[in-house]
Amino acid sequence: MKINDVILRTISRIVVFIILTFGVYLFLSGHNTPGGGFIGGLVLASAIILLYLSTDLETVQKSLPLDFKYVAALGVFLATSTGFGSIIFGVPFMSQTFAYFDLPIFGVTELTTVTIFEAGVALTVVGVLVTIIFSISEDGG
Amino acid sequence: MNNLIVLPLILPIMVGVVLVFLRPYIKLQRVFSLLTLIVTAGISLLLLNIVRTDGIIRLDFGGWEPPFGILFVADSFAMLLVLTASIVTAICLIYAFSSIGERHEKMYFYPFVLFLVAGVNGSFLTGDLFNLFVCFEVMLLASYVLVTLGGTKRQLREAIKYVVINILASWFFLVALAYLYGTVGTLNMAHISERVAEAGQGPLLTTISILFLIVFSLKAGLLLFFWLPGSYSVPPTAIAALFGALLTKVGIYALFRSFTLIFYHDTLISHTLIGIMAAITLIVGCMGAIAFKDVRLIVSYNVVIAVGFILIGLAVGTETSIAGSIYYVIHDMIAKAMLFLLAGTMIYLTGKSKIDEMSGLIRNYPLFGWMFFLVTCSLAGIPPLSGFVGKILVGQGAIESGSYILLALAFLSSIVVLYSLLRIFLNTIFGETIISLEDEKPMKMGMIIPIVLLGIAMISLGLGAEFISDYVTDAAHTLANPSVYIDAVMGGNK
Repeated sequence: MKINDVILRTISRIVVFIILTFGVYLFLSGHNTPGGGFIGGLVLASAIILLYLSTDLETVQKSLPLDFKYVAALGVFLATSTGFGSIIFGVPFMSQTFAYFDLPIFGVTELTTVTIFEAGVALTVVGVLVTIIFSISEDGG
Repeated sequence: MNNLIVLPLILPIMVGVVLVFLRPYIKLQRVFSLLTLIVTAGISLLLLNIVRTDGIIRLDFGGWEPPFGILFVADSFAMLLVLTASIVTAICLIYAFSSIGERHEKMYFYPFVLFLVAGVNGSFLTGDLFNLFVCFEVMLLASYVLVTLGGTKRQLREAIKYVVINILASWFFLVALAYLYGTVGTLNMAHISERVAEAGQGPLLTTISILFLIVFSLKAGLLLFFWLPGSYSVPPTAIAALFGALLTKVGIYALFRSFTLIFYHDTLISHTLIGIMAAITLIVGCMGAIAFKDVRLIVSYNVVIAVGFILIGLAVGTETSIAGSIYYVIHDMIAKAMLFLLAGTMIYLTGKSKIDEMSGLIRNYPLFGWMFFLVTCSLAGIPPLSGFVGKILVGQGAIESGSYILLALAFLSSIVVLYSLLRIFLNTIFGETIISLEDEKPMKMGMIIPIVLLGIAMISLGLGAEFISDYVTDAAHTLANPSVYIDAVMGGNK
């Protein structure tokens, strides 16, 4: 199934980057301001789905050779292991911590463990959503 | 704070996720999943003993103290169920090793079993009503996959009913939660209980309690069990055994928890309603168990009868009858797993599922036949097997509170259970053998060993009733006196 729609393809090539940037922004701004892993993940996934819509499955798979089932599994593993990490450190399950670091380019930056958890959530959302869309479109032929 | 409490939930999930990556290595998957369940069982045994010496323990996630954070609470009732669930699942897995087939194993069978167990354990352990909803969903999503895995026509037909009815129930659950949160302004179960006690259980809260009753009844198969016999009889044997043993028990647990901890003030309406529902469940379940000739359906209706029986303990509501119900839940998890495994093995061996099409299995498989007899006796409540203690305590409780109708129904149902299973026994196990020695399918060791293990568990539960009575009495005491649970959760940091 190849759609030959020049306008859609040209625009989506640009729009995908805007969506991806916005997704990353939402993801990073989470846990203190509106945003977070779930919403960020949804937006990231919508960029990938837009790519699927504007080109076709094979092209996207060639440029993104990932099995999204594994992406989802990796996400769950990342999220749960941050919870498990707090067991190793002897604090209550799912405890989080943060600290300020002086990084070369970013200056003084707040690094939190909750970001790792959110990254897990985001990966899970992306993985699950793309897998769902993918299997539906495969069935439809 | 004790981080051990969360392990029965998080360990299966993490191992399950790792197993997704180990998809081609079936041997490794088997070893990992079995080990996880054994470790989980070990941890819950440890926790059970900690609870006995130190009282109820809790774990506040992320250090957020109740009523603000989510927490897990381990009391004897929850831990007994987690322990039994882990052991039964481990044994069902052993059965699955030799019977489920490579196709299932490669389609993430083991990860989903682990997710199912995680959901079940989480539901038992959580102390937060919304978290209970989440754990229910984890369990249900895994069960949707397990019931459809394989994708035969019959499976898909029953799975649609199963999925639709459960989504509807989940929606009701969510609505009920919203009502309750709108009324009392909290989701922590102990805190809800405090608030309900302060406000008094008026008509509004009673209505909400009935909404919860409907939700949990749908999950437990109390009266609203029309979906159950179909969807429990279609999946492969090991999965059906898991469902029969675990899923309805989670609903039963939720009913016990909510109607002893939260809505215990106005027993005239809610508990009478539970009593009526349990009575009708028993009667209709008994009819179903006698009416059908398909082994799988008879066995599924036996699940329904057990649900009715256990809920009589709650309807009566004395400490004795609740203790009886707890005994019976534990017994029923083991016995139903065994019954489903036996029924499935019977179908595997003969290739038929109607009881009048098989006969004389005892000549070919004597051990198998006697195991069936054992589970029949146990479910009928013949001492010293495991069903006896539960039945006698529920009966005693019913007499204490003068609920003679429920008492009569409970014991009549035992006779029907005995009759329905003896009918299978006499038709299929005894009689002229239809399988000649040449056609005889060899019994796989992987099939008979789990059945024997469950049989041993059942005998030792019956003989060791004295040994576990400490735990059960403690569990029943906590359920009958909500203040014990509330003090443990709300009473400062431990």
